[in-house]
Amino acid sequence: MRPMRVPFGPPEWRIGGVRFRAVAQPAVIGSRIGRRTIGPASSGTSRSSLTEDRSKMASIRCFLRSGKSAVSVVLRREFSKTSPAAVQVNVRDALNQAMDEELERDEKVFLLGEEVAQYDGAYKVSRGLWKKYGDKRIIDTPITEMGFAGIAVGAAFAGLRPICEFMTWNFSMQAIDQVINSAAKTYYMSAGAQPVPIVFRGPNGSSAGVAAQHSQCFAAWYGHCPGLKVVSPWNSEDARGLLKAAIRDNNPVVFLENELMYGVPFDLSEEVMHKDFVLPIGKAKVERQGTHITLVSHSRCVGFCLDAAAVLAKEGVECEHMDVVTLAVVNLRTIRPLDVETIEASVMKTGHLVTVEGGWPQYGVGAEICARIMEGPAFNYLDAPAVRVTGVDIPMPYAKILEDHSVPQIKDIIFTVKKVLNM
Amino acid sequence: MQNMLTLISNVFRLGNASKNVGARMVASTRSFADFTPQASFDVKKCELHRLDEGPSETAVLTREQGLQYYRIMQTMRRMELKADQLYKQKIIRGFCHLYDGQEACAMGIEAGINPTDHLITAYRAHGYTFTRGVSVREILAELTGRRGGVAKGKGGSMHMYAKHFYGGNGIVGAQVPLGAGVALACQYQGNNQVCVALYGDGAANQGQIFESFNMAALWKLPCIFICENNKFGMGTSVERSSASTDYFKRGDYIPGIKVDGMDVLCVREAIKFAADYCRAGKGPIVMELETYRYHGHSMSDPGVSYRSREEIQEVRSKSDPITMLKERMLSNNMASVEEIKEIDVEIRKVIEDAAQFAISDPEPPLDELCNHIFANNPPMEVRGTNPWVKLKSVS
Repeated sequence: MRPMRVPFGPPEWRIGGVRFRAVAQPAVIGSRIGRRTIGPASSGTSRSSLTEDRSKMASIRCFLRSGKSAVSVVLRREFSKTSPAAVQVNVRDALNQAMDEELERDEKVFLLGEEVAQYDGAYKVSRGLWKKYGDKRIIDTPITEMGFAGIAVGAAFAGLRPICEFMTWNFSMQAIDQVINSAAKTYYMSAGAQPVPIVFRGPNGSSAGVAAQHSQCFAAWYGHCPGLKVVSPWNSEDARGLLKAAIRDNNPVVFLENELMYGVPFDLSEEVMHKDFVLPIGKAKVERQGTHITLVSHSRCVGFCLDAAAVLAKEGVECEHMDVVTLAVVNLRTIRPLDVETIEASVMKTGHLVTVEGGWPQYGVGAEICARIMEGPAFNYLDAPAVRVTGVDIPMPYAKILEDHSVPQIKDIIFTVKKVLNM
Repeated sequence: MQNMLTLISNVFRLGNASKNVGARMVASTRSFADFTPQASFDVKKCELHRLDEGPSETAVLTREQGLQYYRIMQTMRRMELKADQLYKQKIIRGFCHLYDGQEACAMGIEAGINPTDHLITAYRAHGYTFTRGVSVREILAELTGRRGGVAKGKGGSMHMYAKHFYGGNGIVGAQVPLGAGVALACQYQGNNQVCVALYGDGAANQGQIFESFNMAALWKLPCIFICENNKFGMGTSVERSSASTDYFKRGDYIPGIKVDGMDVLCVREAIKFAADYCRAGKGPIVMELETYRYHGHSMSDPGVSYRSREEIQEVRSKSDPITMLKERMLSNNMASVEEIKEIDVEIRKVIEDAAQFAISDPEPPLDELCNHIFANNPPMEVRGTNPWVKLKSVS
């Protein structure tokens, strides 16, 4: 039995004083497998011609290639307004601008880490900041993670708001005691007397050819610990809104970026570019509506899920004997606290769940999502077991052919979706 | 003598992918009667910390040794430049940290220890991989990620291993306690071997290094801690990273020696001294090799935002380790210009052959993907990217 409407409230948020609300889509009654309108705002009831579908597909493909958010059609603003001017910003610049604005807004915010000042950042994320703010606010540290992470937490104890950069999250293992024992647990241990308003940030997960010691995903490790907020943005809007939110949050936030996303441009609206634009930590976003299966992902894999959705939709159109399959794609945005409600709402609509992540399978983010779905109301709506698409359970090899086969590809997602849907 | 033979065999590993010490002693050296067979050179006096006596201030160099050192250092230099070229052609990817400029360190150390001694370093490891016995072919093929690479393409630039050589480590600092541990094993097994644990000026501030110093001194481990000070930790100069830049004194209660890392003979004499010290059971010793890298931190760093091109040029023209050795030999009539040129030509061929192999060798087969997870384990199943993909893993 599947519901006729979404039982939980639709997500809503504020951007510069304007309230936005995602419109819940009516569930489809009857057979899932049948001709449907393709597109990001699949309402699932009308039937359109093949040529219309094809041109929609072409524009969707262009849409997706340029990385635009595919959910804009679903949003309905509370008052009418002409479409705002969009500016192209890549993830690196979004992070840079977010930090710049927060440094300007609050004197207590400062950045420390290896090469963040005079080198402009190992990945150029902090470009120009040292020139603008100087030695006091942008600090180059020696190569001593345990030491400077501890120093950063101590500064947070005493009232400052540090942004502590790890050149990559792999190096955070040298400092993990400070992140967990000194930052995450202190508010609890002090019964609320000592907050720790710190942001730890840096690139996480696999890159290209950096081998085993530089390719690990730490979402599951940090997501395991109470007291920590763990955030994993995908696109520029996520990066900007979530970093600003993290810096303004009075709790320790682990901010997991992705090196391969740094150079990817996305269109950002005027609202998003507003200096007080923040995204709520702990809220997932439905990037694409769909009726047959829910894909839940975070970070770079969100893009792969959207690509897989586009491919399947196109396949369905071009192969007339094949059914058109629409995928709902949920961008977690936050690993902890996990937005189970949004996932459940989608699963209750589609009846199928696949989680997609770059990290290892055992005890991972996908494993947690599957467990929560089993323990909650959405379980009764599952028409097939929930399945995880993950990195291969091995240390990351160096050779390109081996590395390519160690991480989830779009074809792996498509294969899994078809298996789950029994296609 | 055994040292020398091994060294020569290392260099002549032309098409031999195995790590066996081959018996291919090619006599390219024309022993003219009028070449000086050996000469004594003054080396810079080493600054000492907590030591009354230091390494010898004169080094005896035989003609054979000189040619050998030249050949090995020049091979290292050419190999790194080839790697630079391959990286720019995008045939090598990921991280690539080049060693050119620092050849005297690797060569001097290898000349002063035995092949049965141990060595571990951080990611700027191609030079040491070579001096420790891996052929240029296997190094370049590892950089290009092919099955003929020393780690079968699975390790890459920072993860190459050989007998008594423990890499190649990506997370700086970690290799120092590892080296102290190798030294512990030497002491435990009573085999009279020492371990050389290298780190850079950037890593010199890592806490775990001081933890290793403490335990090594406490337990008198035969460990030679060597700081290769090339003045920059990535983009950060030593003045900006270290409250004390006297890295040879940072062992505090551990004696230290400051060495001219651009002079292969100075390095050799110092390491001989240090190895004798450790073998005598006196405990660990710290060395600082003052050296310089011509390339940036890695191939993604042009290396000129934190230092001037003039500085790089000055070091190249005044203190290049290979040039220094060549000039010493030529001015003392220990070799002829033609001979050196001939060696250069041979080396060029070795490098070209190795690069050809590295480019044409196929990538590792897919069924290698999951192997080598566990040692001495029965074959097991490994989960692929989704539950329907079950991959096989053998030890």
